[in-house]
Amino acid sequence: MLDKNGIAKRIAKEVKDGYYVNLGIGIPTLVANFVRDDIDVEFQSENGVLGMGPFPFEGDEDADIINAGKQTITTLPGASFFDSATSFAMIRGQHVDLTILGSMEVSEKGDIANWKIPGKMVKGMGGAMDLVASAENIIVAMMHTNRAGESKLLKECSLPLTGVACVKKIVTNLAVIEVTPKGFKLLERAPGVSVEEIKKATEGELIIEGDIPEMEL
Amino acid sequence: MINKKVDNITEALKGVSDNMTFMFGGFGLSGIPENAIAELVKRKVKGLTCISNNAGVDDFGLGLLLHQKQIKKMISSYVGENDEFERQMLSGELDVELIPQGTLAERARAAQAGFPAFYTPAGYGTEVAEGKETREFDGKMYVLEHAFKADFAFIKAWKGDAAGNLIFKGTARNFNPNMCGAAKITVVEVEELVPVGDLDPNQIHIPGIFVQRIFQGETYEKRIEQLTVRQRA
Repeated sequence: MLDKNGIAKRIAKEVKDGYYVNLGIGIPTLVANFVRDDIDVEFQSENGVLGMGPFPFEGDEDADIINAGKQTITTLPGASFFDSATSFAMIRGQHVDLTILGSMEVSEKGDIANWKIPGKMVKGMGGAMDLVASAENIIVAMMHTNRAGESKLLKECSLPLTGVACVKKIVTNLAVIEVTPKGFKLLERAPGVSVEEIKKATEGELIIEGDIPEMEL
Repeated sequence: MINKKVDNITEALKGVSDNMTFMFGGFGLSGIPENAIAELVKRKVKGLTCISNNAGVDDFGLGLLLHQKQIKKMISSYVGENDEFERQMLSGELDVELIPQGTLAERARAAQAGFPAFYTPAGYGTEVAEGKETREFDGKMYVLEHAFKADFAFIKAWKGDAAGNLIFKGTARNFNPNMCGAAKITVVEVEELVPVGDLDPNQIHIPGIFVQRIFQGETYEKRIEQLTVRQRA
């Protein structure tokens, strides 16, 4: 079974040379730590920066340079700043190659719900609805089950949707799963996790074809 | 040169009254018009509809207006980080319209650019699209969203001149350029008001035509919401 860093490490393998990547808050943010350093990748943050670098050294922080999680950041050579409409032109116009975001639920049809728990948590969708409605390549990073042990990979989402039929791939602490027209297709198992365990933790239709390899990290 | 410079905050906010709709630049606490917000707090105008990506924190930004119950309705994309906001929303005192961030930016830009409405894929199939016109283009579904209509836009820029030309800094740019000229009156505060002619015309982000009033902000706290640093090796 993987921890959050393990999930991020596995997703980092999906980041290819020449990609512009938007990372959501939470586990997705960790992906940047594991991207191979022999490839060229630029991270976009929807509040208006392309070419994000690591966090600043203590004392070097600048209130005018933050990411979408409102954290202080730095920029790398070649970086650029832009306004919000331009930022979402990059997203809506499909100029961003890969979007990685967290979720509360994903359905076997690729629907995603990650912005609202009625009566409990209403913080807003931020840029998530724009991202999932437009991105060609969306990977969801999340734990396979919630704190109550219930599956987050469902037949139908129970929470208000963020987007419909948009998620292509899911990487959890247990598995790598592809969303196909027939349902969740199991691609890889996390180290030490059996197909049975994944089946048990998945409420939606799980397609298992042949031997399922263990992830290489 | 058409002069947009006003001498003080009182002049800058002339005409502001109860029940108006305001737009505010800023993402989180970065690039917010701190001086205009402070003046609105002082004037105690109420019944406001505020269009802003976020709603500030409990004791800063738009949180200051919320604290005095000056805001009737908030149109935002993300409103976490604010307990008083949550309390007012759950008790029904505050009307809240949550919209996708890109839609918020584009509704401002549409108002600025003279488009009454536009189609976006964001929110299709979700509660955001409920009651809205939808349409298919090339096999994909889109939602019709309308340009904002506002009385004032309050903008924060880094440098500006009396002609109203503006340059923004870093990610404090965010919604600020999109909201310039998107309301009946655009009021800009700058950290540094420079003599006309000092700004290189090649480097200007927003030309003065989109600005009605400009003034130098008195002070800036520029509070950092999530200070995140790494240790020096």
